[in-house]
Amino acid sequence: MAIVELEAPRSQAAYKPPRFNLAAREALWGYGFISLWIVGFLLFTLIPMIATFVFTFTNINLIQNEPLRFVGLANYQDLFADPRTWDALLVTFRFAAFALPIGLLIPFSLALLLNSKSLRGSRYFQALFFMPYVIPFVAALFAWGGMLNPEAGWINGALNSIGIEGPDWLNDPTWIYPSLVLIGLWGIGSAIIINIAGLQNVPTELYDAANVDGAGWWGQLRHVTIPLMSPVLFYSIVLGVIGVLQYFLVPLVLNSGDGRPAGTTFFFNVFIYKTFFTFQNMSAGATQAWFLFLIIMAITLVLFWSARFWVYYAGESR
Amino acid sequence: MTAEPNVLLEGPIPVVEGAERTRRRPGVRASTLRSFSVTFVAVVLLAAFLSPMLRSVAISLKTTEQITASNSPLWPAEPATFEFEGREYDVYQVPMPDGTTQDLALTKKGRQSSEFIDPANAAAGIIVWEGSWRTLEQSWQFAPHWENYPEAWEIMDFPRLVFNTAMLALIGTAGTLLSCVLVAYGFARFRFPGRNLLFLLLLSTIFLPAAVTLIPTYTIFVELGWVGTWLPLLVPAFFANAYDVFLLRQYFLTLPRELDDAAKIDGAGPIRILTQVIVPQAWPVIIAVAVFHIVYTWNLYFEPLLYLSSKPDLQPIATGLAQFNSIYSEQIELIQAGTIMTIVIPMIVFFLAQRFFMRGIVITGVEK
Repeated sequence: MAIVELEAPRSQAAYKPPRFNLAAREALWGYGFISLWIVGFLLFTLIPMIATFVFTFTNINLIQNEPLRFVGLANYQDLFADPRTWDALLVTFRFAAFALPIGLLIPFSLALLLNSKSLRGSRYFQALFFMPYVIPFVAALFAWGGMLNPEAGWINGALNSIGIEGPDWLNDPTWIYPSLVLIGLWGIGSAIIINIAGLQNVPTELYDAANVDGAGWWGQLRHVTIPLMSPVLFYSIVLGVIGVLQYFLVPLVLNSGDGRPAGTTFFFNVFIYKTFFTFQNMSAGATQAWFLFLIIMAITLVLFWSARFWVYYAGESR
Repeated sequence: MTAEPNVLLEGPIPVVEGAERTRRRPGVRASTLRSFSVTFVAVVLLAAFLSPMLRSVAISLKTTEQITASNSPLWPAEPATFEFEGREYDVYQVPMPDGTTQDLALTKKGRQSSEFIDPANAAAGIIVWEGSWRTLEQSWQFAPHWENYPEAWEIMDFPRLVFNTAMLALIGTAGTLLSCVLVAYGFARFRFPGRNLLFLLLLSTIFLPAAVTLIPTYTIFVELGWVGTWLPLLVPAFFANAYDVFLLRQYFLTLPRELDDAAKIDGAGPIRILTQVIVPQAWPVIIAVAVFHIVYTWNLYFEPLLYLSSKPDLQPIATGLAQFNSIYSEQIELIQAGTIMTIVIPMIVFFLAQRFFMRGIVITGVEK
């Protein structure tokens, strides 16, 4: 840089070529550094994605093992004609409608509590609420599964002691979604931390102003905290939607993806898993996977489009 | 927002209201009470939140008999016995005429009346109690069965699971750090055509359902002969991932460019600037990425299931625990011991690197 600038005054012609070379060299270094990701993206993302897309027009089925041929849109017709497609989609959306709001509300409320000035030892509480985040989901499933046991679990034990007969959580279609939410509860640590950071980013002047305006606790929450937290809320919703639409590991370990009780855990990703690994119908599975991908894309796009109406970024002129 | 204070100043009534509010501010005692109740709520919620862990520990120290026995206590225990004159007697909770309950050893069972002795005062002799001994509840004494842990350790082959997971974590973390630091440096410090588009493409991979790439990727690994080895779990780590590149890039962007420029004047090339200027300033975020990857490896379940099902010797811990459960699900105490053993190591990692960990999450979640 320094050399170029010393040379610059000499002549315009002598100045330009090294500057171009420098930009080109910088770009080359840049491409060089990101090349690992580009190679990985091609090998593990783009090419497999395209291959999966090509599969959707073929008849690859490891059980029937017919000669490979193109079948046009037959897989798509089968997909839309299969009642399980719509069952699995409905199950996934019903779970999302239940789990997503809770997944937003619990970390937000806990963050309010843990960020409260009245709380003593808030740092320790934050660390302890975060701690279970590092626990493998299989271990969390066994620990919470035990809690939810209808006879030996502590939840029904506590309910019994106040005279309520608890349900058979994991085997009752009414209670399975609350159970799955409880099993996932130890993963909320990161959401709590993000919410706390969001709360701490709200300028205190705004609370002072609201105070002068006579806003109470609820008024401040409604008119200051929530609007200023909207970017965090947006981030949580986007990641939550992606997560919940691909939910399948817990049901897979819980009941090997058989959909019990009463089909309530037959999530779309479980459906895809079954098609791939139980029925070994690769083309049908590929079609389902692309269908899910398009649904996720559509929902994400709608979310990003909606953001302009309700997500408030501080410092943005409007 | 900006207009409202003016409105306030113009109208006298709101101002008086505001002043009153300040005067009526809760006193010291009220704020202590408030702080006590808020802290109390937090303690109760935390206890409920962590209670499954406590339950797992309690179960892991019990015997199968206690777990299946009804009316057994929550803590690890076994029926209390008392040895008297060479014989062992069961201890029962006996209601006494004065309304108290005493733990007495049952020496002679009877329908109408039974004979007991007081373990605390055996010399006092036999106590006769009127009533059927069958209506009495056994009394329990604290008896943790620590031997469940070595047993679970042995059956799971825990050292092998930990070794496998640790090796996967070590190599995978090295690969992740190497690739993600390079890629993040490229995105943070160099201008090149299509940079923003490529970065957007990188971030968009977060939205991609794994099922869309699963079968071709699996087929490639089969063709390469990598199924039944660690390679399918390790090689992708060397090609960077969106979350960690994002985290590192955000951090790199906050580092002052003046130091880069100073090194440049001293004749340092891009690689030397990375290793001697950027990386030394970025330890907190590098540790965060490492810890994230260790936790990620401890959680790995599906990929090992897919690629290592034929090689139980190579499996990491989460898959091992799930398999242990599918075989020994009748022995709940062993499963819970295995669960606690699986939890302990990531917990230690968390406590050691807690600060970096939480900071890393804030960077990915709040800063854009």
